[in-house]
Amino acid sequence: MSMHTLSVLVENVPGVLARVSGLFSRRGFNIESLAVGPTENPEVSRMTIVVAVEEQPLEQVTKQLNKLVNVIKIVELDPASSVQRDLLLVKVRADATVRSQVLETVEMFRAKVVDVSPEALTIEATGPHDKLNALMRMLEPYGVRELVKSGMVALGRGARSITASQAR
Amino acid sequence: MTSATSRSESGSAGDAGAQDAHEGSPKSAQPNGPAAGGARPKPAPPAGTPVRVTGAQSLVRALEAVGSEVVFGIPGGTILPAYDPLLDSTKVRHVLVRHEQAAGHAATGYAQATGKVGVCMATSGPGATNLVTPLADANMDSVPVVAITGQQTRGLIGTDAFQEADICGITMPITKHNFLVTDPADIPRVIAEAFHLASTGRPGPVLVDIPKDVLQETTSFAWPPEMRLPGYRPTLRPHGKQVREAARLISRSRRPVLYVGGGVLKAEAAEELRELAELTGIPVATTLMARGVFPDSHDHHVGMPGMHGTVSAVAAMQRSDLLIALGARFDDRVTGRLDSFAPDATVVHADIDPAEISKNRKADVPIVGDCKEIIRELIEAVKFEHDRGDRPDLSAWWTQINAWRETFPAGYEWPEDGTLAPQYVIERIGELVGPDAYYAAGVGQHQMWAAQFIKYDNPRTWINSGGLGTMGFAVPAAMGAQFGQPDKQVWAIDGDGCFQMTNQELATCAIEGAPIKVAVINNGNLGMVRQWQNLFYAERYSNTDLGTHKHRIPDFALLAESLGCAGLRCETADEVDDVIKQAMAINDRPVVIDFVVGKDAQVWPMVGPGASNDEVMAARGIRPLFDDDDVTDGPAEGGIVADRAVTDKAATGSTEDVRGEQNES
Repeated sequence: MSMHTLSVLVENVPGVLARVSGLFSRRGFNIESLAVGPTENPEVSRMTIVVAVEEQPLEQVTKQLNKLVNVIKIVELDPASSVQRDLLLVKVRADATVRSQVLETVEMFRAKVVDVSPEALTIEATGPHDKLNALMRMLEPYGVRELVKSGMVALGRGARSITASQAR
Repeated sequence: MTSATSRSESGSAGDAGAQDAHEGSPKSAQPNGPAAGGARPKPAPPAGTPVRVTGAQSLVRALEAVGSEVVFGIPGGTILPAYDPLLDSTKVRHVLVRHEQAAGHAATGYAQATGKVGVCMATSGPGATNLVTPLADANMDSVPVVAITGQQTRGLIGTDAFQEADICGITMPITKHNFLVTDPADIPRVIAEAFHLASTGRPGPVLVDIPKDVLQETTSFAWPPEMRLPGYRPTLRPHGKQVREAARLISRSRRPVLYVGGGVLKAEAAEELRELAELTGIPVATTLMARGVFPDSHDHHVGMPGMHGTVSAVAAMQRSDLLIALGARFDDRVTGRLDSFAPDATVVHADIDPAEISKNRKADVPIVGDCKEIIRELIEAVKFEHDRGDRPDLSAWWTQINAWRETFPAGYEWPEDGTLAPQYVIERIGELVGPDAYYAAGVGQHQMWAAQFIKYDNPRTWINSGGLGTMGFAVPAAMGAQFGQPDKQVWAIDGDGCFQMTNQELATCAIEGAPIKVAVINNGNLGMVRQWQNLFYAERYSNTDLGTHKHRIPDFALLAESLGCAGLRCETADEVDDVIKQAMAINDRPVVIDFVVGKDAQVWPMVGPGASNDEVMAARGIRPLFDDDDVTDGPAEGGIVADRAVTDKAATGSTEDVRGEQNES
């Protein structure tokens, strides 16, 4: 199955997340990740949904999503022509003996240390899926205490934009 | 977007007076008179000017303004504020039902019979959850219904307060949309949006949940409100190129079929459909949801497709080279096993809901739009093709179809034990009552027989629960239809199982003046389940005998009398006509006829569950074969072979190879 990234503009009203996630589960589609937040327009929120489906069911997903009254617009973002980012926070075991090696890895991935304690470092990294996976492979040997990832967010490249007003 | 101005308040509610108040009520029988006695006139402000009202008054005014005539419901704690101004309304009649489920089905029956939005009302908690079944039902059958529910006071929401239920959460997957109103100022807008959503695009149920304190608070009311639905833009106009492509295919096909679903009925496109069928000469199959949208009496009508469809419709679709699906959704009950459905057909799929297109069967030519508009444009495009001389000769196809029709007409056998044939009863009701009446059915054998043996010639006269298959639908739906069509005769064709689920509404019918006729096709069993046990579970009849024959519990005639109806009974063939006529003559109260029929009658034809439509059985042991009937070879070689099926299930009972054979057990 292939991954598809859907950028979905929705009305910023209570219950809209439940409507979207409920639709996915009752129609038997799997959400790989879902990130939602406000946009430049306070009445509109934007969801970035990564879904693992083939081409044919993807069309069904999109059509069913479009039927939700609170969904304003759906665009599929092609990885080649969009910027796709995840945010990762990871707490790695790093006492004095290995700290410098961990910091070197952090440097290499252009990640940041956002918290430090005698036994551990908390690292913040953003980037596409692959980069974060590579970083995790490097950090795992030191011992991962805790990890959290945002869902993927994405924007199309170039000057064009997806806005709610276009849809009207 | 502003709401339609045609819906604006006419501004003379006070002048209307109590006499005109109940246009929606049946005129023929009102034993207790109009429900809302002593309606007080109230001054109506000019349209558009805000007036100070309570949330509840705002709700009732909004219902008046959108043109609601009848509301089916039951009051209770949280919806109580709304019932106070309802007492004064001269435009909206409230019908007090006995169970909220019936309020929902009545709203559906009303909507199906009239094309208008049906409205039901209930209190929070159990009142609201009792609406779940009818909302799911209306959702599956795309019926425009608005449900209004009370909700606990805003501050108590989420605290598990008395009679609190998250009805918006509960009904999210079974409504087109729903609203929780948190500000009384939103009430007019939300009601306008709810009715707009319910009745436009692909119709469906919409629920509006209103907390009690929102109903009690003071607010302002102005009409028409401005609707805010940025994400709702149904496509009505079809794409011209797609329509032309469909016309091109029509002009080249040799074995086309018009596969017509409920969408054509909801688009009010019966006239256009008839014109298209007559222009092209293409055979028409009407699904369970579309019965009546094309006259059964029309020669182009080949019957109902699907699990219990006619052999001619099933076979024509199966052997077609072009399926023109109009407002239909390739439901599993129509297609049988999907991968062998209509294998040679190119598919033109027209529907207002883009999500239906290519959902089950891939469409070669998808057309999104309103069926009325699509068929109109299709007619023009086909005429253009005809003018160019592209007009296919369908005579070989018709010869084939006529052979199927003649060899496998709808039929039934009389039970060998001398009991009354249920099909005969239903057939006689159809004959004597005629195509001008409205027929509502429950779910099961009687529903299929009512779809098969009553001849429908008019749209909306056949009302049933197709998608959800809700037993108990008939009585409340017939009640709703009667309030929508007070001058027409409304018959409920019900089973004894179904009838015992919702017959309490006969009390409502008797008191509120809805003189429906209920034909209980009483075979003493859950008939359809019994049929499957007979065919697929080695005749082991687990929990399908209701005892209505053995013990006569309940005695339907006595039950009817106690509910304020006339109770009649019929047990032999020679009484059937008399008792139907007797029922037709009673108009001052509802009538229930207990038709005591044989328990072994079965619904045929049948495509077994999970089977291919190629396996359609005309009757038990009779399987039309399609192997050597290529129409291009001409009718002489295109005959039908009636063959003894050698399946296990058929072999168990069938001993004779007789067309139309029913039961041997």
